[in-house]
Amino acid sequence: MDTAVTDLLGDAELRAAVAGYVIDDTERGVFRVDRRAFTDRNIFELERKLIFDHCWLYLGHVSEVAAPGSFVTRRIAGRALILNRDRNNKVHAFYNTCSHRGARLCREKAGNRGSFACPYHGWLYNDQGKLINIPGRESYSAQVLSDETLGLTEVAKIAEYCGFIFVCFDPLAPSLETYLAEAKEVLEFITAQGENGMEICSGTQQYSTPANWKLLLENSADGYHAGPTHSSYFDYIKARDGDFLTNESTKRNIETLVGVPSLNVGMRALGNGHSVIETEGPWGRPCARWVPGWGEESREEVEEIGRRIVARFGTERGRQVTHVDRNTLIFPNLVVNDLMAITVRTFYPLRPDYMEVNAWALAPIGEGKLARDRRLQNFCEFFGPAGFASPDDVEMLDLCQQGYVNRDVLRWNDLSKGMPKEKKAADDEEQMREFWRKWHQMMTGIAT
Amino acid sequence: MGITLAEAQELVCTEAALLDDWKTDEWAQLFTPDGEYLVPSTDDPNGSPNSSLFLIYDDHLRLVQRGVRLLKRSAHAEYPHSRTTRIVSNVRVSAQGEGTDRIDCTFVVYRSRADRLDVYPGRSTYLVVRLDGVYRIKRKTAILGLEELRPQGKLSIIL
Repeated sequence: MDTAVTDLLGDAELRAAVAGYVIDDTERGVFRVDRRAFTDRNIFELERKLIFDHCWLYLGHVSEVAAPGSFVTRRIAGRALILNRDRNNKVHAFYNTCSHRGARLCREKAGNRGSFACPYHGWLYNDQGKLINIPGRESYSAQVLSDETLGLTEVAKIAEYCGFIFVCFDPLAPSLETYLAEAKEVLEFITAQGENGMEICSGTQQYSTPANWKLLLENSADGYHAGPTHSSYFDYIKARDGDFLTNESTKRNIETLVGVPSLNVGMRALGNGHSVIETEGPWGRPCARWVPGWGEESREEVEEIGRRIVARFGTERGRQVTHVDRNTLIFPNLVVNDLMAITVRTFYPLRPDYMEVNAWALAPIGEGKLARDRRLQNFCEFFGPAGFASPDDVEMLDLCQQGYVNRDVLRWNDLSKGMPKEKKAADDEEQMREFWRKWHQMMTGIAT
Repeated sequence: MGITLAEAQELVCTEAALLDDWKTDEWAQLFTPDGEYLVPSTDDPNGSPNSSLFLIYDDHLRLVQRGVRLLKRSAHAEYPHSRTTRIVSNVRVSAQGEGTDRIDCTFVVYRSRADRLDVYPGRSTYLVVRLDGVYRIKRKTAILGLEELRPQGKLSIIL
């Protein structure tokens, strides 16, 4: 079945058809996904209704609305929202639409203001969403002037964990903490890097990818692709740092990247479709893992950052924070990768074969000037639309989407790697399977 | 005596030709040994690279390696290479003192690959110095004239 055929189906029939899109056969060690899940417009629309309208979705970070009056505007799952902090320090997520005639209210990407005026007829709202002035009010009835529903409308649910602000369009959804399940611990590990908390750096990488959104989710924690897709990045690291990390402590982790699992790293399911892969990569980490490319003069400073973290949390937990690289998938569309820098990446499809992607750099508040500089260089050289790695990821997703034109004949993606193993490795595909199990459950109402 | 307009035009047009010809290793040789190549994020075009997240923040080693990497078959996003056409215009020069001159110009880069045409408009600023009788680039900052990198999606070429 494809778009032309699924056009004829109601939602219930479409959901029944989707039940066959995921094959999860643990006994035979086979996991397959129908490529039509990436191409069909009706699937895309059903995803919005059944997934994006019910899950907690990342909206922004508290540091982006740190001061009273500060706001950012964002597009989230097809909605236009204003995230702001009001004069009483309360954080709101308002629909960015005037109550009067429906015009988009705020046109700026970010700023600080105590009120929002509609450019069309001048209706004025304060930072708590209250309608405080209607021009020509003498022409309105008492009924309209006293109608409190004419204030700005807030999204059904908003909540924060470790500074990450999420919204949910379903008023009946479970709490954010319940939803995040064990992903909470990963956000705690990341937040622990900042003695005074964490902040989003200015500068957003706002780009797009001509591929289905689920391809980026899969790619964002895919240890299997690192060697073939990113060999030119590893060539660069070797040109800069020589064999430093590959000779020393992380040698075994290079082995992980090329397929030999080691004991202390691997993949963990975090519940509700979330998962993390943990490795120790051959790159520097701004919070403790120095590499020669940063210059000998920076070595003491970097290692001292690590020692301070270990002093605060003890050796075991401290090392979890300082030395373990994590690619974390939070269902359905948030990726927090704590590697050579910390990237917070979210994406939303506008079509089955096109998504918008936004990525930010998260960093400790009060980080030293040189440390911040190293972090941002480290971020750019791997991540982002002009890095030494991410453009090649985009190319791969694009190639997958192009390859799906033959889906009538070549129907199935295989995601079986690591299925027979007790302990899944970072370069197995269990994290993708966790995603697809949750996707299938939300799309069809039944488990795989 | 600072850089003349003719010398500035010669430099930016030479650079454009090297890039359109995919001589990215030779392109890196236009820079001083401490040269930098910068592209700010689209929502913070005037930010500083050591406090704002950029799209490209290349020190000399990285810009040389960028040129090297792009010639590899394993630089997948540019293999096979895209075809590019650069137009560089509105060139102006000004002296910055201490032997450093500044070139400002506008650019449009057309990139064609895999049935798509991407257009990258923007403005560049070069800080240049004279080394052994030749003008070299100490810092190139290319500011995209785009609100977001959409629908281009990536910047796998050098601007």
